Amino acid sequence: MGKKLLIHNDNVPNIHTLQVYREHGGYASVEKALKSMTPNDVVEEVKKSGLRGRGGAGFPTGMKWSFLAKPEGVPRYLVCNADESEPGTFKDRYLMEKVPHALVEGMITSSYALGANTAYIYIRGEYFYVSRILEKAIEEAYAAGYLGKNILGTNYSLDLYVQVGGGAYICGEETALLESLEGKRGNPRIKPPFPAIAGLYGCPTVVNNVETIAAVCPIVMMGGDEYAKIGVGRSTGTKLISASGHINKPGVYEIELGLPVEEFIYSDEYCGGIINGRKLKAVIAGGSSVPILPAELILKNDKGEPRLMTYESLSEGGFATGTMLGSGGFMVYDETTSIVKNLYTLARFYHHESCGQCSPCREGTGWMEKVLHRIVEGHGKPGDIDLLWDIQKKIEGNTICPLGDAAAWPVASAIRHFRHEFEEYINNPGKIKDVKHYYSTQSA
Amino acid sequence: MAKVTIDGHSIEVADGTTILQAARMIGGDIVPPTMCYYSKLKTSGGYCRTCIVKVTKGSEKDPRPMPKPVASCRTTVMDGMEVVNITSPEVLEARRGVVEFLLINHPLDCPICDQAGECHLQDLGYEHGLAKTRYDFPRRTFNTIDLGPYIKMHMTRCIMCFRCVKTADQITDYRVHGMLNRGDASEISTYIQKAIDNDFSGNIIDVCPVGALTDRTFRFKSRVWFTKPMDAHRNCTKCSGKVALWLKGNDVLRVTGRKDKWGEVEEFICNECRFEKKNVSDWIIEGPRHIDRHSVISANHYESLAQLKLDIGKQQKALSTKK
Repeated sequence: MGKKLLIHNDNVPNIHTLQVYREHGGYASVEKALKSMTPNDVVEEVKKSGLRGRGGAGFPTGMKWSFLAKPEGVPRYLVCNADESEPGTFKDRYLMEKVPHALVEGMITSSYALGANTAYIYIRGEYFYVSRILEKAIEEAYAAGYLGKNILGTNYSLDLYVQVGGGAYICGEETALLESLEGKRGNPRIKPPFPAIAGLYGCPTVVNNVETIAAVCPIVMMGGDEYAKIGVGRSTGTKLISASGHINKPGVYEIELGLPVEEFIYSDEYCGGIINGRKLKAVIAGGSSVPILPAELILKNDKGEPRLMTYESLSEGGFATGTMLGSGGFMVYDETTSIVKNLYTLARFYHHESCGQCSPCREGTGWMEKVLHRIVEGHGKPGDIDLLWDIQKKIEGNTICPLGDAAAWPVASAIRHFRHEFEEYINNPGKIKDVKHYYSTQSA
Repeated sequence: MAKVTIDGHSIEVADGTTILQAARMIGGDIVPPTMCYYSKLKTSGGYCRTCIVKVTKGSEKDPRPMPKPVASCRTTVMDGMEVVNITSPEVLEARRGVVEFLLINHPLDCPICDQAGECHLQDLGYEHGLAKTRYDFPRRTFNTIDLGPYIKMHMTRCIMCFRCVKTADQITDYRVHGMLNRGDASEISTYIQKAIDNDFSGNIIDVCPVGALTDRTFRFKSRVWFTKPMDAHRNCTKCSGKVALWLKGNDVLRVTGRKDKWGEVEEFICNECRFEKKNVSDWIIEGPRHIDRHSVISANHYESLAQLKLDIGKQQKALSTKK
């Protein structure tokens, strides 16, 4: 049984109320930080812990915090990115829904560390009911004196607000999120300047994922060094993984980083193996944007070593044979899955969510979707695979924000590892009319 | 001061200069093409991605190369920075990709487009585009909209450069148009077909790099290369009154701002000058306008004649000083 730090008490009845949460050791990090530590101490602990951003990019949080500009007389902001829109990711929702105070507590401790007196939680529109849960929790925290003026009798004050977004994927990109929070259209900004210099309302801002902020509480409580002992190498601590797809036990699991992928998929403690005893075909390890890997490459890397659930091990081999941990949206596909159809679904999503600001993403995502639609419908042309490859190559890296990359990587990896399936679709359009039937008979 | 090297050409520029501005100071082939950047408009640029370049050395202090191609119009130079543009096949390949993306949904209706001949997308297509399209789906279409009495909007031609939006924000009192929808369904439009109506609204026609915004008083009157540009001015209470007149015979077919060699107007002009003063008698004509751009207009024969006269004058002057 791995160590759990974030959702260890998620099944306690009424843990969403402040009273029960406090009985189970809640808000201790606020008391410890505010009464016995300076803001710099907290930042140092986070640095020592080696905590890395849990939203997808995996940037070291302590380093991000130390980049925050601190000019005199200018307010600083902490913004929590709860716009969890990556397909296959639902860990933040689980955390906020079950233990809302864990996020509120993390927000207070982190804001104190950064010297922010106003903090926002930007939550996606589809999580409206979760925003109500958070608002209730914040109300309780105000009443108990954890928020507002002079928290716990110290001279530190903090106001925390929940802002509901309109439900756009692009608003999960930090600068688009800030634009949306300011009341504008959620278009990503052109960087530099980075939010750490000029973010919300032009003031220095830190944007962190829900899980990152919640992880600050255990770090403050157990100390950065202790936290860094969990995990492997530069991947420290625990991570929430949203497991979905053809597995026996889909759900949110907290794992210690360093767990072998094979154990995660097949052990009864976690996913519990593939549904109906079928064979594993492919895995998208970190949310829909990261490259898909076939079974042989996700369980073992190209050198034959077993892959671990860490930032480094999953990206071993670059994009040729590796992938990314991303946001932890672990999607498992069994042998009956059509990778081409799956890719078409993803391409449709990215086409729909492109903001339209910069040319490669605006035009390229639509083009890829149309070509894939043609292939799936059985009207594919012989040059279509090369065309798709060329389009994704021209989008990747040439856009303002990472949405272009996110749209390009799934296409690239699907073609790289499953080219024969695309060829099958193009060469035998009659055969694949009934896709489900075709694939189940193929594997039998 | 910062020293920057672009394709092997070094130049010292002030801090805060962008790579593109530095390249324009050097001049020549190494200047990246631009579609959305407009030096007179703040925060413009960064959207079209045609000006992308590769930074092979970040700066003297931090010599690491930048991982991705950057938009040269929005990236400021650092001391010791090294940039590759036309010497990098990757950059040219990426730029070809961007041009292809800009053209896949463009109607290519140049034969009936008023912008033809002075269109930046045409130039870009000639220089970096493919001869044949690989896009075999129906192109996106929109209805044309009249934005008030003077401006016509062809959304099908738009490349989403946001210049007109920035112009409305920065030159005029208020903005009534902007971006609607998102992704490849996004369009520039007014709020429920509201007219754009203020004294400087006509400038959005000048800043439009393509034929998406055209002058309704000039539409279908003439191809631009049959008209002759003249510098002219008048006393105007609203603007500087310095314009370019586009004449055919003795008729003023249209009035625009004076554009420099990057296609950017020197000064924004008011609607009265642009749309209402269409007689030669309204203007004091200064002389033929030199179009410093590689285009069909600059090939106008009368201008080379003027150039010839000028050269004769120079020679005469040189001769007289010798004596």
